[in-house]
Amino acid sequence: MSHLLQTTFVPATSPSLRRPLTRTTHYPTRALHIQSKIREIFMPALSSTMTEGKIVSWIKSEGEKLSKGDSVVVVESDKADMDVESFYDGYLAAIMVDEGLSAPVGAPIALLAESEEEIAAALAQISSSSSAAPAPDPAPAPATAPDSSTSNDGPGAITGVSSASVSENFSSRSSVANGAMGSSVHPASEGGKRVVASPYAKKLAKEFGLDLRGLVGSGPNGRVVAKDVEAAVAAAAAAKVSASGAALASEITKPSGGGTAVDLGSVVPFTTMQNAVSRNMVESLSVPTFRVGYTITTDALDALYKKIKSKGVTMTAMLAKATALALVKHPIVNSSCRDGKSFTHNSNINIAVAVAIDGGLITPVLQDADKIDIYSLSRKWKELVDKARAKQLQPHEYNTGTFTLSNLGMFGVDRFDAILPPGTGAIMAVGASQPTLVGTKDGRIGLKNQMQVNVTADHRVIYGADLAAFLQTLAKIIEDPKDLTL
Amino acid sequence: MQASVSSLSISHPNSTFPSNIRLCGLRQEALRIHSVSQLNKRESRRIRIVSRKSCLQKRLVSVSASASENCGPPKSFDYDLVIIGAGVGGHGAALHAVEKGLKTAIVEGDVVGGTCVNRGCVPSKALLAVSGRMRELQNEHHMKALGLQVAAAGYDRQAVADHANNLASKIRNNLTNSMRSLGVDILTGFGTILGPQKVKYGKVGFPNNVITAKDIIIATGSVPFVPRGIEVDGKTVITSDHALKLEVVPDWIAIVGSGYIGLEFSDVYTALGSEVTFIEALDLLMPGFDPEIGKLAQRVLIKPRKIDYHTGVFATKITPAKDGKPVIIELTDAKTKEPKDTLEVDAALIATGRAPFTKGLGLENINVETQRGFVPVDERMRVLDANGNLVPHLYCIGDANGKMMLAHAASAQGISVVEQVTGRDHVLNHLSIPAACFTHPEISMVGLTEPQAKEKAEKEGFEISIAKTSFKANTKALAENEGEGLAKLIYRPDSGEILGVHIFGMHAADLIHEASNAIALGTRVQDIKFAVHAHPTLSEVLDELFKSAKINASVTEPVGEPVAV
Repeated sequence: MSHLLQTTFVPATSPSLRRPLTRTTHYPTRALHIQSKIREIFMPALSSTMTEGKIVSWIKSEGEKLSKGDSVVVVESDKADMDVESFYDGYLAAIMVDEGLSAPVGAPIALLAESEEEIAAALAQISSSSSAAPAPDPAPAPATAPDSSTSNDGPGAITGVSSASVSENFSSRSSVANGAMGSSVHPASEGGKRVVASPYAKKLAKEFGLDLRGLVGSGPNGRVVAKDVEAAVAAAAAAKVSASGAALASEITKPSGGGTAVDLGSVVPFTTMQNAVSRNMVESLSVPTFRVGYTITTDALDALYKKIKSKGVTMTAMLAKATALALVKHPIVNSSCRDGKSFTHNSNINIAVAVAIDGGLITPVLQDADKIDIYSLSRKWKELVDKARAKQLQPHEYNTGTFTLSNLGMFGVDRFDAILPPGTGAIMAVGASQPTLVGTKDGRIGLKNQMQVNVTADHRVIYGADLAAFLQTLAKIIEDPKDLTL
Repeated sequence: MQASVSSLSISHPNSTFPSNIRLCGLRQEALRIHSVSQLNKRESRRIRIVSRKSCLQKRLVSVSASASENCGPPKSFDYDLVIIGAGVGGHGAALHAVEKGLKTAIVEGDVVGGTCVNRGCVPSKALLAVSGRMRELQNEHHMKALGLQVAAAGYDRQAVADHANNLASKIRNNLTNSMRSLGVDILTGFGTILGPQKVKYGKVGFPNNVITAKDIIIATGSVPFVPRGIEVDGKTVITSDHALKLEVVPDWIAIVGSGYIGLEFSDVYTALGSEVTFIEALDLLMPGFDPEIGKLAQRVLIKPRKIDYHTGVFATKITPAKDGKPVIIELTDAKTKEPKDTLEVDAALIATGRAPFTKGLGLENINVETQRGFVPVDERMRVLDANGNLVPHLYCIGDANGKMMLAHAASAQGISVVEQVTGRDHVLNHLSIPAACFTHPEISMVGLTEPQAKEKAEKEGFEISIAKTSFKANTKALAENEGEGLAKLIYRPDSGEILGVHIFGMHAADLIHEASNAIALGTRVQDIKFAVHAHPTLSEVLDELFKSAKINASVTEPVGEPVAV
């Protein structure tokens, strides 16, 4: 069922992907999905940052009878181990994810049959769908009205509904999440009609222009708290960079297809994140950008890298450092124009580097990259990447960049061009360093490692000559990298 | 009143039996001759001294006497002055009474120090001292601007709570010791007025003691006011009493009421990491402050912090958290009375003001009816009975009379009363009493707000002018990187009289006193502007404020009589 999730960045927001806003599902229905009378038990979202869960143990075994409220399985999330209860009477027909294995949030982990006779049917269903998505009905099921008995009358009503629908799928899954998260639902959210968010969360959302509706909170009783907003904004920011063509690693590593099937022909409204991306992309059109490319020989850099790699130095840190040192000499490239009337000479050189993380992309920032030595910078980078993976980056750690680096070299991409993130002056797209046959001025032909870089800049403040001079300096630094280790 | 005092004094040495009748008769007479009482002042004071000596001589005898007499004022007294309630008001009165040579006792049913020392101003200042520092250390931008580098600042909740508690006990001991060393008798138990000049006190379950006093001051203070529909459990729905113990720092706390108490707590809680929602019944936050100051304060104290608010709503029902459910607050529109919203938060602090603590005082024994719990008094803090007549020898000061619910106001009222009973007429000018809110930065004020001054000016037919200065122009404030702030002077351009001063900015609470003293002493703007202030100090904010005021050149005569303090 992970196809329904489309690998969203924040799994807990996924329930809002296609459901009408008024249905944020606040009924403690657990694990229900109707496929005739066989229901699926989904991997619940036990926290806002949880993307997948590991089955610690099955409390019930296949064929065992379940009563409503029984604990069925223990799931390990990124925060804690939690019991997941069944909301139905029935039989645990089949376990689809064995103990010790992981499943993405929302993926079915077991089937629940209403009667013993249906166990066989359930098993048959598994084999027929051959592990890939037993997608019940590819249509987005507009027939299921938002205020259908499904959500209003609680689980009891669902039992009678025979045709499974996508929307029910969503409601059931998010119900699992809510039920597991805080035993009680929003007492005053009137079934999700209003937003329950903390004062700071509201303030942040306003600041970032984020619509809180549809955001599922990780606070007490499902309250939206500041970190939920930050996560959503980070997701949007990451998506922004990703959409700007900077680094599409996530899409490359996780090609759509296979497990992530799409409902063909369906119209899907934007999520909050996609809205933010869309806004930013449109905003970028108002900036007159241009691009300047350069080919840089990396033999000396590669040699240096080999030498100091053992000290924990990473190529990313070296590139960031080289860029920062070049920016010191060309402060104009580190400036930014926000209002079209004036521009800011940024006081710090903060290099943002696009990083693909599962389900999205984020730009951790190496602050003061020009001042920090390469070893500390490398350590800092590792720390930031770890934090990014754990989704624990603080806003200042991903939104304070003054210059962005995007490197797709590791995928063999030899050249590409990036969209300038609004609010910054320039972004540099770095291609792969490849052995290239080059003729030198003294008439010889030789093999050298070369990479292509391509800078996109805001022409209102940064002109062609600026970029050219900057790239020349950068090339000098990279071709003679002794300054990097100073 | 002076007259009645003097006549009673005369009656003591004679110890004529039907003194009750004489007293009543004299009191009526006293009212009639009130206008000439000033003339008798000097004479009465002389007589007073005689009477006091006689009192002292009779003290031993009077104990048995008072026990046998159940009604009517006794012939001689155990004490010259008995104060019911050992809060800041009672303490101030007791100290001044001793200075004036009165044999004084103070009755306290709880702990010495009252609300201010134990559950109010004092422990809250300890918390605010912590919050101020936390705020500063967390303000990276501010620190960087000063060139300081501070690693992530953290706090230990219990240690912070202990600091507040230790401060309270220290001040409480200081208060107790200061009274003991001066010879004030501290009598433990709840005090009840049995009749004129007679007080009973004792702890529950213990035999009551009855004492007599020539004069009695009620200084029983107040308790947090909790509106109907709000269930206080002391854990998740709390009053300032509980909040000062800082047993928890909730993630999200709703503060009902955005006055001093609410504001100060919002400062503490947000500095310690909580998010705050204000619930205010009026349409504007921070009612009671000068609107301009309020607006600026909101911009600095509310907007940039993790605070949101609902105005124009009553919290009609608040249910404490239980069974895994959060605190539920039902909001009702203050005008339409219709349900407006529901909040679910981790905790709610009820800061809707304070209610007088006057139950069990035995006021019915002397025919005094409280008004909304407050003891009715005249401008000299003399208690009025149900018919609006003065009750002789009975005074009420502080929160219990509701004139101005501030610790230092209570103390000033107490001193004023002691002045009166020792023969010097005294009326306290409440407009000269400053008030302060110890947020970061602080807010302070004295006298009238701009709307109040305008109303008064319209009614009395004079002009008012406003002068303002900013902290941004002050060297010391800029050195501290605390340029945010405003001082505002409301004055009469015709006479130079200071009507009100409001300050929002660093150390505003300490700065206000130059203005409050000027009002108290009747100093005019054109005089005070020549006073010299050390440079560079924050006090120059006021210096500049006074200098910027424009007084009509024609004014030469002084502002009438300086107001007595």
